[in-house]
Amino acid sequence: MSAAAESLGWLGVPLAVFAGAIRVSTPFMLVSLGECITEKSGRINLGLEGILVMGAMAAYAASLKTGSPWFGLWAAAGVGAAFGLLHGLLCSLKRVNDIAIGIALMLFGTGLAFFLGKSYIQPKAPNLPSIPLGFWTDNPQLANALNVNPLFPAGVLLAFFLHWAFRNTSWGLKVRIVGDSADAALALGYKIIPVRIVATMCGGVLAGLGGAFLSLYYPGSWNEALSSGQGIIAVALVIFARWQPLRCVGAALLFGGAGALGPALQAAGVSSGYHLFNAAPYVLTLLILIASCSPTRSLQGAPGELSLTRS
Amino acid sequence: MNSTLERILVPLGAVAVSLLLFALFVALAGYPPLDVFALLYKGGFGSSFSWNNSLQRAAPLILTGLAVAIPARAGLVIIGGEGAMVLGGLAAAIVGVWGPVHIPLVAQIIMLLSGALVGAIWIGLCGWMRHARGINETISSLLMAYIGIALLNHFVEGPLKDPNSLNKPSTPPIPDANMLGLTPGFDVHMGLLIGVVVALIAWAVLRFTTLGFALKVVGGNPRAAQLAGLRVGRWIIGACAAGGAAAGLSGAVEVAAVHGAANASLISGYGNAGILIAFMARHNPLAIIPVAVLIGGIGAAGGMLQRRLDMPDATVIVLQGMAFIAILASEAVMGSPWRRIAQRLWGIEPATTPVAPAPVTVLAKSSTLEAA
Repeated sequence: MSAAAESLGWLGVPLAVFAGAIRVSTPFMLVSLGECITEKSGRINLGLEGILVMGAMAAYAASLKTGSPWFGLWAAAGVGAAFGLLHGLLCSLKRVNDIAIGIALMLFGTGLAFFLGKSYIQPKAPNLPSIPLGFWTDNPQLANALNVNPLFPAGVLLAFFLHWAFRNTSWGLKVRIVGDSADAALALGYKIIPVRIVATMCGGVLAGLGGAFLSLYYPGSWNEALSSGQGIIAVALVIFARWQPLRCVGAALLFGGAGALGPALQAAGVSSGYHLFNAAPYVLTLLILIASCSPTRSLQGAPGELSLTRS
Repeated sequence: MNSTLERILVPLGAVAVSLLLFALFVALAGYPPLDVFALLYKGGFGSSFSWNNSLQRAAPLILTGLAVAIPARAGLVIIGGEGAMVLGGLAAAIVGVWGPVHIPLVAQIIMLLSGALVGAIWIGLCGWMRHARGINETISSLLMAYIGIALLNHFVEGPLKDPNSLNKPSTPPIPDANMLGLTPGFDVHMGLLIGVVVALIAWAVLRFTTLGFALKVVGGNPRAAQLAGLRVGRWIIGACAAGGAAAGLSGAVEVAAVHGAANASLISGYGNAGILIAFMARHNPLAIIPVAVLIGGIGAAGGMLQRRLDMPDATVIVLQGMAFIAILASEAVMGSPWRRIAQRLWGIEPATTPVAPAPVTVLAKSSTLEAA
């Protein structure tokens, strides 16, 4: 990126942040879209952080074993679904608190991933290819910045689909009613628990894919420091996005930009305060929550059954 | 069944189930389960050396467990103890190195208090965000933990770095004379005594004083608390600050008794293990002490598993995660009609008319923790 800064002059740094934002935002986007589905059904899954790390490990291992990163995506989705199912089933038990189960899954998922992934830290697995959207330019730096992973456009399309599906399909209506008022859902004859379990599984699949993006594309390797709280930031991001899929995309890009700031500045030669710049996404999340939450009224668009926002 | 007995036996049963699952997992991963359990026992509690190691780990764990348990009394799920812990350690190191007082006892007390103060402010902020802005404290405390860890890394690798610490960036060491001594009668540092005393105080305050009762009311029903004239916000912030003080104190103890300086060793996972400990102890400060010793022992045995069986260091985290899930899931069988189950199992006629089982309802799940 420093090479880009040199050849493009002052355009280099914003270009690096822009390209970084797209790269860094993809896992945020996938995980937050998944959490959006889960929370719309009235449950919160804080275990996404653990699922993300498990997904990253499974994707890397599968890609290494089969030689195909696409198998890695399937593996991550499968692991995510399994963990989502576990969360969904456990929370369906009497008196079992979804937030607490999420914390336990966060611990369990990361521990299991580190245990099973110990032997995959060294070898190099085939990574996901990228789409060269910069084919029209002769500038190699610009072309490099415009290399986009297919998961990014897939996530954007998914956001549009969810936006449409929540309003226009019976499935979307079911999820929203179950999440807004369990009484109403019961009165309509909907089965609440299966809907919530499926919604949690969808969230798990997307969190697993978000992890696969981390290990198979950017940074593109598996190690124990791979995730830095993307799973938990994504949960906060859904609140900021007011449970709307399209806003999740915007919020993810914003956070991606904040996350890309540290590496971009480091590449530009600013080395002091590196750790502080890396903390920018967390600070930004907190500031946004402080600015957008209110103690007196419930949040606009918040699912009524969500324990997160009830007081 | 007696409810106290139930509250002890059900979690123990859950731990037993998780041990079975862990044995299955270990066997599937290709390790001999019986050897693993033998080493877990040996490494944690098999000799006086391993006991010391376990107790040394239990000392901070008691405090980080309290950091979760005290706010839980007010219905809050605080999981960012790790951040308060590392900042408490950093504060203790700063005061210990550059503080004006050089009388050991006074310097030690100032180190511990400044650690506790910084921790109290850090988690107290989460309470303030909860009360003033309605922000979920679980999420905010975890974000604050990441920020706290970043601050620690920034200071020990940047402005406060001792130029002599080459391999592991650290603050300058605190003078040897100001380091904490041993707990009387044990070969374990003073942190153990501090942890036990703080836990006993927390238990007594929560159980026997109006303070503890008010906190329980706030946690159980904030509206009722408000109607009773309690200032809910102050209680929420206070409970968070008290928990944060415990976490900050644990960091200060680690610096003043073990590491001798603030560095990345403070990011030890003790803050996260405290979550598990508090939930296993059902947020009872008295029960936190033995649970912390147990988890400390498992942690101490982790090194032995690594050395003897070449198992990954995350093995003990897997076990902890399984135990955590089992404990939470066991909540579902609390209050079961044990007497009737026993009667059915052993074929004894019910002495009383059977009561209809409580309707399974998904609506009644409370958003906050029931105070234990």
